[in-house]
Amino acid sequence: MRGLLRQIWNTKGLARWILLVGAIVTVVFVLFALFAPWIAPFDFNQTRDAAGVKFEKLASPGSGHLLGTNDQFYDICSRVVWGARTALEVVLLSVVLSVVIGVPLGLVSGFLGGWVDRVLVFVMDAIYTVPYLLLAIIFAFMLNDRIGSGIVAAALSLVAIYIPQYFRVVRNTTVSAREATYVEAARAIGARPTTIMRKYLFGNVVQSVPVIGTLNAADAVGTLAALGFLGLGIQPNEASEWGYDLSRALDDAQAGVWWPALWPGLAIVLLITGLTLVGEGLNETLNPALRRRRLLPVRFTPREKVDAT
Amino acid sequence: MPTKPEILSSSPTGRSEVVLDIDQLAVHFQLQGGALSRLFGLKARRVRAVDGVSVSLKRGEVLGLVGESGSGKSTFGRALLGLVPATDGRITYHSQDRGERRVSEMRGAELRQLRTDLQMVFQDPHAALNPSMTIEEAVGHPLVIHKIASGKALKTQVAAALERVGLSPVERFLPKYPSDLSGGQKQRAVIARAIILNPEVLVADEPVSMLDMSVRAKILQLMLDLKQEMGLTYVYITHDLASAKYFCDRIAIMYLGRIVEIGPTAEIFENPRHPYTKALLKAIPEPDPDRMVPRDLPRGEIPDAAEPPLGCSFHPRCAEAIEGCGWESRDLRTLIEEHWTRKVEAYDDEKAVIGDLGSLDQPSTTARIGAGGAGQVRALLDRIKAEKPDEPLWKGVRDIEDAGNAVEVHFVPADAPKLRRAGGVDVACVLYPDES
Ligand SMILES: Nc1ncnc2c1ncn2[C@@H]1O[C@H](COP(=O)(O)OP(=O)(O)O)[C@@H](O)[C@H]1O
Ligand SMILES: [Mg+2]
Repeated sequence: MRGLLRQIWNTKGLARWILLVGAIVTVVFVLFALFAPWIAPFDFNQTRDAAGVKFEKLASPGSGHLLGTNDQFYDICSRVVWGARTALEVVLLSVVLSVVIGVPLGLVSGFLGGWVDRVLVFVMDAIYTVPYLLLAIIFAFMLNDRIGSGIVAAALSLVAIYIPQYFRVVRNTTVSAREATYVEAARAIGARPTTIMRKYLFGNVVQSVPVIGTLNAADAVGTLAALGFLGLGIQPNEASEWGYDLSRALDDAQAGVWWPALWPGLAIVLLITGLTLVGEGLNETLNPALRRRRLLPVRFTPREKVDAT
Repeated sequence: MPTKPEILSSSPTGRSEVVLDIDQLAVHFQLQGGALSRLFGLKARRVRAVDGVSVSLKRGEVLGLVGESGSGKSTFGRALLGLVPATDGRITYHSQDRGERRVSEMRGAELRQLRTDLQMVFQDPHAALNPSMTIEEAVGHPLVIHKIASGKALKTQVAAALERVGLSPVERFLPKYPSDLSGGQKQRAVIARAIILNPEVLVADEPVSMLDMSVRAKILQLMLDLKQEMGLTYVYITHDLASAKYFCDRIAIMYLGRIVEIGPTAEIFENPRHPYTKALLKAIPEPDPDRMVPRDLPRGEIPDAAEPPLGCSFHPRCAEAIEGCGWESRDLRTLIEEHWTRKVEAYDDEKAVIGDLGSLDQPSTTARIGAGGAGQVRALLDRIKAEKPDEPLWKGVRDIEDAGNAVEVHFVPADAPKLRRAGGVDVACVLYPDES
């Protein structure tokens, strides 16, 4: 892990720009999320001003509401800013949870091999083959009965679809790292299997986790929005969620009221783009297999014209 | 680092001369066939990496294990530490302070405990060190694992071990990662990790073969010094007889999982007996260019350890082979194919006479060949024989029998020769009378 930061810092060329742009966009949303109460003019579920006067429905941008209001009387600017907090909370929770479950599972499975490995690989592959949105919908449905439809429920339905990704990558890296001489050397000094996994394998098989993590984060934003759009995600009075707002705004958009749809939609696109750029940038930097070598042109010296005479 | 004074006091009394006793050790690997062959129920191949090796390691000696790559040297070394389970046979460790212990029956915690006494140095020092551990962590880890030292004592011992292997100033090397060190330095770190537990036996698996020429002698010298200081016993594995001459008291020549010759270093070099030993000796590069002799490496390549030759496994490559070496069907196939490489123009006609050679791949002392009439096949075999009449295979043919359109070539059956006494060494070769 020690070389990681240095490597990122030393990134060159296109990868550096991708990383930089992605990081800036992402940081802006993180700031929104962290300081939402101070940045947003109103609360996410506020429909009346301080004097108790109800907001105007579908107020156009500018007049007291910077980005206008939507059909539920919410202030769009506030909804967008608060939405960043919801999105990042869900993303963080789901990515952390799937890393915490998927990585050790892959490590143990790859290291132990045998039937444990075969069963786990089978289950994970089975999950992996189901279209992920479908899977998220199923989980959201199932969780709805038990723990409602808050942030935790949304994150949990995403966790299920991401675990297999970490599992597969970590498990496959472990299977090849397990054969390395330093693992045999560890056995030769009397290390127990748990020590080998912790001290010798873990650090060497988690190299690709940051990349998958950021790419998953981007994906999670989209899936969360999709769930919200379908009405399965977070309800509007629990937290502000872009996908839900977008779905409410579609009818109005057809009637020429564009602002309730534009801003949440833009937020979704920007955050996904930012996270994807970070992920791809990291991938270019950290993944030597994918990194394209810079080839120097080979020049042949012109052949002497001996045989031409 | 504490030394082992008890060794110095006990060895003159001659207590327990033998430190490791290996008796008929066999290590076989079951190769998993592909999914397809498993589906069709084909039998899994079995590699006999080590196949009946008996040798006693005396306290304080350096035993060299020499052979081409693929002869099972590494597997043997790993089996000594219990890193691969023994398929058959026994390994007995006569511990200085714990008495007799059966390595080949140990499991789990007992086996891990054993590693405080038996240690290993690996061929590739770069691969043997965890890339994400500093030298300090790597060298000190054995002490942490066995709960021998921690905190300040740990650091002191690590520093002492690094000092001992010549990685000084120690402070400079402690925080380094393997990728920051040269090959020689890495191997020194690997050696430091191996000796930090004060082992009795060190198995060194080609410890210098991946290093630059310039540092090889230094590493070997370091190992000799450590042996002196710490009273170590070495098993030195190498494919390079020249370094074994410099390093070993006794040398065992290994071929396809068996020891074919074993004896004192001087005797092996002055009077090699096994044809394989002779071939290896001839293959040592001559430093003096004027005395360059044509080096006749053993012909062909080391055979597949999953299907070793019948009889003596060296016979297909042996320059001194005789009738009782275990000639068989696959040798005949090789011979016929060699003939075709010389006589390309005759291939089409003769191929029709001989028919399919595939059946010869099944190891057997009876080889059935021919599709174009027994007489023609016999004539063809005679032609091949006339090309190279002194080809040793023909000596091993007992008779040739007609069998319809084909002929059956019967070879003299033979068992693998056992080790037998010959002069100052033990050798496994039919050229030397078996007195037992
Ligand atoms: N883990 C293993 N699984 C299957 N075959 C193995 C394994 N290790 C070694 N072998 C086989 O055993 C034979 C001996 O290998 P090895 O002990 O490495 O020989 P050497 O060290 O003399 O080169 C080879 O044919 C090799 O392919
Ligand atoms: Mg080897």
